[in-house]
Amino acid sequence: MPIKEIVSADEAIAKTIFDGATIMVGGFGLVGSPLTLIKALNRSKAGNFTIISNNLGEPGRGLGETLRLNKVKRAIGSFFTSNPEVVEAYNNNMLDVELIPQGTFAEAIRSGGNGIGGFYTPVGVGTLLSKNKELKNIRGKDFVFQEALRADIALIKAYKADKLGNLVYYKTARNFNPIMATAADIVIAEVDEIREIGDLNPEEIITPHLYVDYLVLSEEKL
Amino acid sequence: MNVKDYIALRAAKLLKPGWVINVGVGIPTLVPKFVDLDSVYLHTENGLLGVGKPPKNGEVDPNLVNAAKEPITEVKGASYFDSASSFSMIRGGHIDAVVLGALQIDEKGKIANWIIPNQPVLGVGGAMDLAYGAKLVIIATTHTSKEGYPKIVKNTTFPITSLRPADWIVTELASFKVEHERLFLVEIAPGVDLETIKHKTEADFEVKI
Repeated sequence: MPIKEIVSADEAIAKTIFDGATIMVGGFGLVGSPLTLIKALNRSKAGNFTIISNNLGEPGRGLGETLRLNKVKRAIGSFFTSNPEVVEAYNNNMLDVELIPQGTFAEAIRSGGNGIGGFYTPVGVGTLLSKNKELKNIRGKDFVFQEALRADIALIKAYKADKLGNLVYYKTARNFNPIMATAADIVIAEVDEIREIGDLNPEEIITPHLYVDYLVLSEEKL
Repeated sequence: MNVKDYIALRAAKLLKPGWVINVGVGIPTLVPKFVDLDSVYLHTENGLLGVGKPPKNGEVDPNLVNAAKEPITEVKGASYFDSASSFSMIRGGHIDAVVLGALQIDEKGKIANWIIPNQPVLGVGGAMDLAYGAKLVIIATTHTSKEGYPKIVKNTTFPITSLRPADWIVTELASFKVEHERLFLVEIAPGVDLETIKHKTEADFEVKI
C-alpha cells in the first residue's frame, strides 16, 4: 500500500512551496491552524504568497507572523479584523484583501475541491460584497456568482492520521481543514499522532488518504 | 440585572424548546445564559451543534471554542462538522433562529451589523449568511448607540448585511415585530412609556400591543 511520506515541517515546505504560491491554510483563528507548518513556512525564503484562510492569525502568531515577515501579498478570507496588523498592512498598501462571507468562502473551497467552477448564492445580494459581481435571477430570486477557490498547496491540521494519510479531526479544530484538503494540488497535513494502518475506525475517517500528500508531526501547541 | 443581560433575557424568551439556534457576537452571546441548553440546541458556525455551558476553571479545552473564540463545552448528543457543512445548515434554512446584534435597523427591518465604524472593510465572518439563512432573525441590541443616537432609523447610514429584514427587534425599552417590511411595537418594557420610545426611535412604527 502507498504509505505516505512522513517528513519534517521544513522538508515539507522546502519540497512544495515556491515564490508567489497560492496557499490554503486551515484554522478558525488559531484553532485548527497548522502552527508547525506555518513556522516552517515563515523560516523559508519564499514569499509573495496569496493566502486563502479565514483569518490571518493573531499579531505575530500563526499567519500573523507570516504577515509581519512581508510574505503575504494577497489574502482571501472572511474575517481579518481580529488581527489589527492586517488592518495596518492594508492601510499601508502592503496587502491586497478579498473579503468573502464565511459561508460563501467555505462553499467556494468545497467547490474547488469538487471540480465545480463556481456557484450562485443568495448570501450577499444587495450588499457591498456583491458589488461588481454577476447576478442571476433563478425562479424569481436573486443570486450572486462566486467562483470556486483552489490553491497550489494546502497546509492543514488534523488530530490523528494513519500511515496511509487517512485523517480524523478534533472538535472545533476541524473547521476549514477537511475542505481545504480537497482543494489544492498538494496537501500537507500536520497531525498530533500517526497510527498504524487499520488503527483508525473506517467509519470515523473524515479525510480519506487520497487527498493527502505529506504528513508532518505537530510540534506547536495552541 | 445589567442592561445587556436584560436585553438577552428578553430575546431568549422568544426561543422555543426543540429549536436549533445560533447567536452572534455582542449582546447575543449572553442569550445562552437564559435558555435551557438541554432543550434548545445551540449551533456555532465554526462547526458544532450542541454547545454547552462555559467550562469551569481548569477544564478549558483550547481546541473547543465558539465563533467568538470563547471556550465552550459540548452537550450530550453534540456533533462536529466542517465549515462548509456548518454554513449549509445556515444557508439551507435548517437553523430555527439566530440572535444577532446590530449597529442600525431601518424602518423596513433591514439590518446593518457587519462593518466596524471608521475601519476599512476587512471582516464579515458569518454575519451575512446568518442574517440571510436563519428561519427567524432576532435582533438583540441597546435601543440607542453609545453616543445616544437612535439605532432604529429611517435609513441606515452603515452598509446593510442582507436585503432580508429581521423578524424581531428586542431592546431594553421595547420589542418590535417586523411584518411585511413594517415595524410594529408589540411590547413596552416595564417602567417605560411610549413617549420615551418614540423619542428614541427615528423610524416610523405602528403600535400593536
